[in-house]
Amino acid sequence: MTVKQISVFIENRPGRLAEFADIFSKNNINMRAMNIAETPDFGVLRIIVDDPFNAANVIKDAGYIASVTNVLAVAIPDQPGSLLSILTLIGENDINLEYTYAFPTREKDTAYMIMRVLENEKAIQVLSQNGVKLISQEELLKLY
Amino acid sequence: MGNYYQPEIECASREQIRAWQDERLVKQVKHVYDNVPYYRKKMEEKGVTPDDIKSTADLHKLPFITKDDLRDAYPYGLVAVPLKDCVRIHSTSGTTGRRVVAFYTQHDIDLWDDCCARAIMAAGGTNEDVVHVSYGFGLFTGGAGLNGGSHKVGALTIPMSSGNTDRQIQFMIDLESTIICCTPSYAAFLGESIAERGLKDQLKLKSGIFGAEAWTQEMRRDIENSLGIKAYDIYGLTEISGPGVAFECEAQTGMHINEDHFIAEIIDPETGEVLPEGEKGELVFTSITKEAFPLLRYRTKDICVLNREKCSCGRTHVKMSKPMGRSDDMLIVKGVNVFPSQIETVLLNKGYAANYQIIVDRVNNSDQIEVKVEMTPEMFSDSLTEITGKEKELVNALKAMLGIYAKVTLVAPKTIARSEGKAVRIIDNRKLY
Repeated sequence: MTVKQISVFIENRPGRLAEFADIFSKNNINMRAMNIAETPDFGVLRIIVDDPFNAANVIKDAGYIASVTNVLAVAIPDQPGSLLSILTLIGENDINLEYTYAFPTREKDTAYMIMRVLENEKAIQVLSQNGVKLISQEELLKLY
Repeated sequence: MGNYYQPEIECASREQIRAWQDERLVKQVKHVYDNVPYYRKKMEEKGVTPDDIKSTADLHKLPFITKDDLRDAYPYGLVAVPLKDCVRIHSTSGTTGRRVVAFYTQHDIDLWDDCCARAIMAAGGTNEDVVHVSYGFGLFTGGAGLNGGSHKVGALTIPMSSGNTDRQIQFMIDLESTIICCTPSYAAFLGESIAERGLKDQLKLKSGIFGAEAWTQEMRRDIENSLGIKAYDIYGLTEISGPGVAFECEAQTGMHINEDHFIAEIIDPETGEVLPEGEKGELVFTSITKEAFPLLRYRTKDICVLNREKCSCGRTHVKMSKPMGRSDDMLIVKGVNVFPSQIETVLLNKGYAANYQIIVDRVNNSDQIEVKVEMTPEMFSDSLTEITGKEKELVNALKAMLGIYAKVTLVAPKTIARSEGKAVRIIDNRKLY
């Protein structure tokens, strides 16, 4: 019950992200979610797409360094306090959250978050047992 | 054993080699004194005449000659034969100052080709091989030297020259090249390009002869793996002839200097004193068979060690270590001597590619050194913490090696200028002179 995230090495210089976005545009690839973690010299761009294998190939062919990681896509009721309850659950079970970012959809009552943890299996078990909904790569395709 | 081009010379007794050197040196000194006014003046200034040079034991009495002399005497000032007897010139890449031009008679080219033929046969070459010469042709000696050597061996020679990597690979596959000759950085680039195209299985290469640039043992392993070959080192310089002044045999414990043509000395670069056997210092060459452009005691600026221990390959000529640095490549940063090869060793040990660039700057009167390193798939991760952790390890390892802090900047693959000729490894922005 994970989704595939592609991470890409991008230099932290003017125009680099645009160059990258141009490749997606030319190959007709749509990003579902994205996030950048940066240092003064470079950034790690993390993206979620519908067809990660195709996108990873396009990225590598264009000469970028990229990797594919399994991450959690967590459904969160769109109301105050719901993120807190999930974070509490993760923290209490001693699962370290490496990073997280929002995943916009057109669903009215649910927000989605991408969460990167070291122990996916343990996190899936804890969250599922506590009624938190996770979505798979296939379900991702149906979300709009 | 047995891969010799001229076994009677390459495996001659030490006494025989010494006898050749004594006789040829005496003759050469006279030739130079009689025909090159620039040299005669230098010798007179030092109070030496050809009569003082009776054997190699007297070599130290002669004045040194340096690149500055070559520039002063440009273009014809050091030519020792009438120009009508010269058939060709070659020239150094001339990145700093005036170019240096070297002259050759047909005899000089023949002997130079012989030296390269020895190198090719030492790398396993025979007349059944297909020798792919990807060194540049033209003023650069690389292409012409290996091309000539390959002809002497009788191998089928492909004078590819550098550049156009796709065509290089196509020829390599179609014509079944067995020996590749080029700069090590281009060999590494070819290896990467072949891996990207998934063509390694279609290669017939068995060995490679690489020189004209500094490279490390780690880089040798990378090239050997990516091209599926045994990689041999070759050494030379335009001033002395070109590639083939020294070459590696299968023992790979140093490069045999062709002592029947070149006398090697190791000196203290500061004082000019000849150093005892086995000590590290600046390599100095005297060419004893060259007619057109003979140099006596030419300071190469390469720092290395000579080794006269018997070699398992059967050759008796002295071996020089791979140059450990060049006195003019050596950077002094914060008063510390920094050799690019030290940085390369650290990068390879830590799993990065050998493609790097060193940028030295002076900010607020203090030296700063930055090493640009290309990101590799192995070093990459989706976790910034992991990448910066590895970056920090690299900074620590560089500090341990160099003794000073160097900033590390990770850059995108293939962004450091490389390639088809010599890689630009050092950018010194300090403008100290």
